[in-house]
Amino acid sequence: MSGVGQQRATASLRHRLAERGVDAALLLLVPGLVVALALFVYPFSYGIGLTIQPTAAMQEQWGGGIFANYVAFFSDPFVFDSVGLTMRLALPAALFNVLASVPVAMVLRHRFRGKRLLTSLLVLPITLGTVLTAQGLLIFAGRQGWLNRTLLEIGLIDEPLQLVNNYLGVMFSLVITGFPFAFLLISSYLSGIDPSLEQAAKTLGAGWWQRFRRIVLPLLAPGLATTFVLTFVLAFSVFPSARLVGDAMGETRVMSLMAFRAFGEQNDYAMASTIALMMGAVELIVVVAVLGLRSLLYRGTTGGKG
Amino acid sequence: MAASTLERPLAARPSTWFVWAGMTAFGVFLLGILLAVVVDSFGRQWFDTWFPEGLTTERYAEAWDRFALGEVVGVTVGVALLVVVISVLVGVPAAYVLARRDFPGKRAVMLLFLLPVLMPPITYGIPLATVMYSFGLGRTLTAVVLVNLVPSVPFVILTMTPFIEQINPAIESAARMCGARTRQVFTRILAPLLVPGILAAAILVLVRTVGLFELTFLVSGPGSDTLVVAIYRGMTSAGGGEARQLISAMSVIYTATMLVMLVVALRFVNPTQLVAQVKETRDD
Repeated sequence: MSGVGQQRATASLRHRLAERGVDAALLLLVPGLVVALALFVYPFSYGIGLTIQPTAAMQEQWGGGIFANYVAFFSDPFVFDSVGLTMRLALPAALFNVLASVPVAMVLRHRFRGKRLLTSLLVLPITLGTVLTAQGLLIFAGRQGWLNRTLLEIGLIDEPLQLVNNYLGVMFSLVITGFPFAFLLISSYLSGIDPSLEQAAKTLGAGWWQRFRRIVLPLLAPGLATTFVLTFVLAFSVFPSARLVGDAMGETRVMSLMAFRAFGEQNDYAMASTIALMMGAVELIVVVAVLGLRSLLYRGTTGGKG
Repeated sequence: MAASTLERPLAARPSTWFVWAGMTAFGVFLLGILLAVVVDSFGRQWFDTWFPEGLTTERYAEAWDRFALGEVVGVTVGVALLVVVISVLVGVPAAYVLARRDFPGKRAVMLLFLLPVLMPPITYGIPLATVMYSFGLGRTLTAVVLVNLVPSVPFVILTMTPFIEQINPAIESAARMCGARTRQVFTRILAPLLVPGILAAAILVLVRTVGLFELTFLVSGPGSDTLVVAIYRGMTSAGGGEARQLISAMSVIYTATMLVMLVVALRFVNPTQLVAQVKETRDD
């Protein structure tokens, strides 16, 4: 008797849930959620917990009780300066990649012979990877590499330029790996802009610059912001190239190197997690700032249009 | 239309030249880097000259023995394939639910899958590696596969969700009306339609996994190093300076592996579809 009643109750509960979109199909989501929870959420919260369990040595050196790692992060200039050093690399690199992609994508928008070749040339660095790029840069742009040799030969310079093992080397590597990525994104955004808008502007007598400034740029602005964020994320976590073609203890002592130093060389997992979390925090600040700016820009343009 | 494409280059000529100059510089750098590594790997000795003195293929044999590359390449390919299979199996069903259903907490779930993509890998990589070591999984193949799943599964989900959204749900409804069960809808209706998308996502995951450095580096060790990590360790080891040609040979092997994988993969996927798919997802 009660069994029948219960069945009816569950049936109606199931029905009510199904109306809100909760039914057996949601089980398909379970494996994905398990992976995300077990491999991302759990370790991440564990890491946050670790940051407030500093080693005895840290507490003694920096004070601050359970927050000794954070005190150390902000007051140890060797560690804290890495924030500025990372920004000095990642911001200009991301900005350059985005700004250089716009004209290239604008020109490559049209059909022309050799477009496929050019596009594949641009996509090639994605398969090269940072490590091979680093090795190639060391040989190609090193003091005795082909680049310096050619410049010497044509008399542009008198002595070899120092292009690797410093800030410039890392910048080259960031541009080589980041530019194709930015270019792909920007050209996909550009292809989403209705060409008839530009044609209309042209009919009304707008010049090349006016069309770009008044039509393309406002429509592209949100895409530019997104691309900037994604390229920045890539450049921000620069690690192998900072070590291989940079000056790892000097001007390219980036945050990820510091985090890895604490993790792999000092085995101080708590401090390593602290630096890693701070990295996430710094990145988040930039991302939120850019996206905030984007929403301002975006509102402006749609307001003008509608 | 034809008239406007003919006219435009005239109007934009200086900028076009500027762009081509920039592209040429980029191309020179790119080809220079590639060629320098290839030439170096075949060189006997290369110091203060345009080209190495004498060519040899010994470097490859030497690097192969010295760094146990047979094992390393095996590990790289094995890990990459395993990661691709698992992330497709886990990611595609989740993407299906996110594309088709509306349920409470959907935004939170989306955010959960978006976070690992937006965060710097080191930020979650270091806590993750710490957990791996505390479970005794450090330097094992299991750990390497597991850490690679963290960015790959969300990547498959984020790529496949828009792809599934563009498949007309009426097809599924029709199948259901004809009496197909969920499993049958999946195997008979969705799977064939999803194949291009899945292959595209799989190729991208493959390329990313083979190229992923940070996460693998944190948990791998001898016997579980992938090729990129092995090259990095070769370059940074104490006596790294003496073996530049060996590193170059390894780098060439890496690029060759990558190219072979891409060529094999592209045999099964129409590249235009791949590009269109990439563009679509990145538009979001």
